[in-house]
Order: sequence, then structure tokens, then C-alpha cells
Amino acid sequence: MNLQLTLFTTFFKIGMFTIGGGLAMLPLIERDVVEKHKWIDKKEFLDLMTIAQSMPGIFAFNFAILIGHKIDQTRGSILCGLGTVIPSFLIILAIAISFSDFKDNAYVAKIFKGMRPAVVALLLVPLISTAKTSHLTIKTGLLAIAVTLLITFADINPVYIILAVALSSVLYGNIVYKKRHKNDKSC
Amino acid sequence: MLILFVKLFITFFKIGLFNFGGGYAMIPLIQHEIVEKNHWMTNNEFTDIIAISQMTPGPIGINSATYAGYQATYNTIATATAGGEMSNMTHHLLSITGSFIATFSVCLPSFILLLLIAKMLVKYTANRNVKQLFAGLRPVIVGLIAASALLLMDSSNFGFATSERIISVLICAGVFLASWKYKIGPITLLIASGLLGLLIY
Repeated sequence: MNLQLTLFTTFFKIGMFTIGGGLAMLPLIERDVVEKHKWIDKKEFLDLMTIAQSMPGIFAFNFAILIGHKIDQTRGSILCGLGTVIPSFLIILAIAISFSDFKDNAYVAKIFKGMRPAVVALLLVPLISTAKTSHLTIKTGLLAIAVTLLITFADINPVYIILAVALSSVLYGNIVYKKRHKNDKSC
Repeated sequence: MLILFVKLFITFFKIGLFNFGGGYAMIPLIQHEIVEKNHWMTNNEFTDIIAISQMTPGPIGINSATYAGYQATYNTIATATAGGEMSNMTHHLLSITGSFIATFSVCLPSFILLLLIAKMLVKYTANRNVKQLFAGLRPVIVGLIAASALLLMDSSNFGFATSERIISVLICAGVFLASWKYKIGPITLLIASGLLGLLIY
């Protein structure tokens, strides 16, 4: 089997069989890409993972693009990216098409009525774990609460909040950096 | 139709470009654009999409974008052609086009960005600005996930009658405990609460 086909099928298989989002894919990607095919080594794997996480967008897709590029340039990126996305795309389409025809079914409606509160509960768990790993201080905790309130009750587009905080934190970082630099020189 | 597709493209490109912090932080972005701003679907339908995205394989971001693109197109056509002059087949085909556009455009920004990085800088290391950006966005990501939970905690999802609300809160609390304390998987919990709904309502 040639390299291109193997790249595509490897990521297709990973996309097809991992439930639970991008992070659940990591051990499978490592097993196939690092251990089985030895396309990249463990260090490269971790480096690429860091870059994938420091970029916007869907983590699993970002990671697939970077690994693909390392192995086979742009062609590899496209193949690995497609391999990750196509299983999700096809499965969801199959569900969406069939579901649109019996959504008004009384039993289906009851099932979803029971599931909706569970969806909320399943968001609270990553909320707590993210809050824990973020090491919130009083200041950043207040920022988190402000963001929550602005989006939920003031109906502000989250995009503007992300943009504003991103710009101001880079700006603030530069000011602090320059100040420290100046102090170092004067000493 | 073309206008809707262009709108879908711009919307999901924006969502892909500003999504930091994983699939859960993406939910309020999609919710704002799809439910609040463009009224492409109800909060109910959006919650169902999240439920299905969590139960099916693949990244939640891709799953929910694909489904949201489909549902947005499906609903828009249904409203526009209320008389029903469009065949079921065409309706589905156009909706599939919508879901393709949503999936493609949510992936496009990071694809361009990462290819540029991979091409230009052979040895990329997160620089000071990128690190600063992420440190600053960390509390925002917490806020985004909290907002997504609150946005879905409305009457359309938890019921208008008091009895329904009590049942919903109990299901929510039970699922939270089962997931947080006993580490039971989301698929098992969603199926269990679906069956509960079937029995109770």
C-alpha cells in the first residue's frame, strides 16, 4: 500500500473509532504514527501537539494537518485532514437525514426531552476541570465570570470578547516585557 | 439559497478562526451565530445537536458544525417553501451542501494558518506573544464553557411546567454526579437520561 493511501486510512480509522472528542484521539494517533509506522518520533509528536494546541480551530484536525505535513508536505496535510473529518461528516449526515424525518415522532421527542438536561450536566464537568487547570486568581476569576455574564445575559458576540482579550493580553505582555527590559538596563 | 450558503461560509469561517480552547468553548460561538443572531434553529434543536455530537465518533467541533450546517439549511428551506413545492430529495441534497460548507469553512482558517506556519518556519516554537495570548485567554475559555452551560439551561430545554423543571434538574444533577464522581461515560449517561425521558414523559 502506498504512503498516501496509508496516511488517509490511518487518520480515517482514528476519526471513525474515537468517541469523546479530540483529546481521546491522542493515544491512538501516537500508537499509529509514532509506534506502528514510525513516521515521526515522540519528541516531534509532542512538538507538533503544542503547535496544534496554540492555534485556533479544531485540535484533532490541526494536529492531523501538522503530522501530514511533516510526512508528505501539503499533500500529506490534505490527506490526513480529510481522513480526520470525513468519518464525522458521513456519520453525522446519516443521522441528520434520518432524524429529520422522524423528529416529530412522540417517542423521539420524549427521549430528547430527557437528554437535554444531561447535555447541560456534561458541560459542567469540563467546566470544573478547565477552571481547575487554569489556576484562576481573583482577577482572572472575575474575568471568567464577566465573560459568562456578558455572553449569557448581555447577548454579546463571544467573538468580540475573544478578540478584545487576545489583543489586550498581547499588548499588556509587551508593555510588561519592555518595562522589565528597561529596568534590567538601568540596574 | 446562494445568500444562505455565503452566510454559512462566513459564519463558520469566523467560528473556526476564533475558536480557542477546544470543542466545548466552541459551543457558545455556534449558539450565538446560529440561534441568537441568524435564527437558523431553536435552542432546543441546537441542544439536540450537541447531544448527538457527543454520542458519535470524531471531534465534537466537526460533528456539531456538520450537523448545524445541515439543520440551518434544512430549516431555512422549510420556512421559505412552506407550501411544499420542493421535493424531499432536493431538500436533503441542499441541506447536505449546507453541511459541507459549514464543515469546510470551520476547518479552513486553521488549515491556512498551519500550512503557512509549516511552510515558513521549519522550527516553530510558541513565541512570547502566543504564550501571552493563551495565558490571557485561559479565563475566557472558562467563561465560554460556563456560558454554554447557562445558555442551554433555559425553559425550552428544562421545561415550562414546574413538574418538568423538577425532573430536568434532577436528571441534570444525577448525570453531573455520575460523570464527575463515578466517571461514567457521556454516551451511557445520555442514553440513560433519554430512556428516563421516555419512561417519565
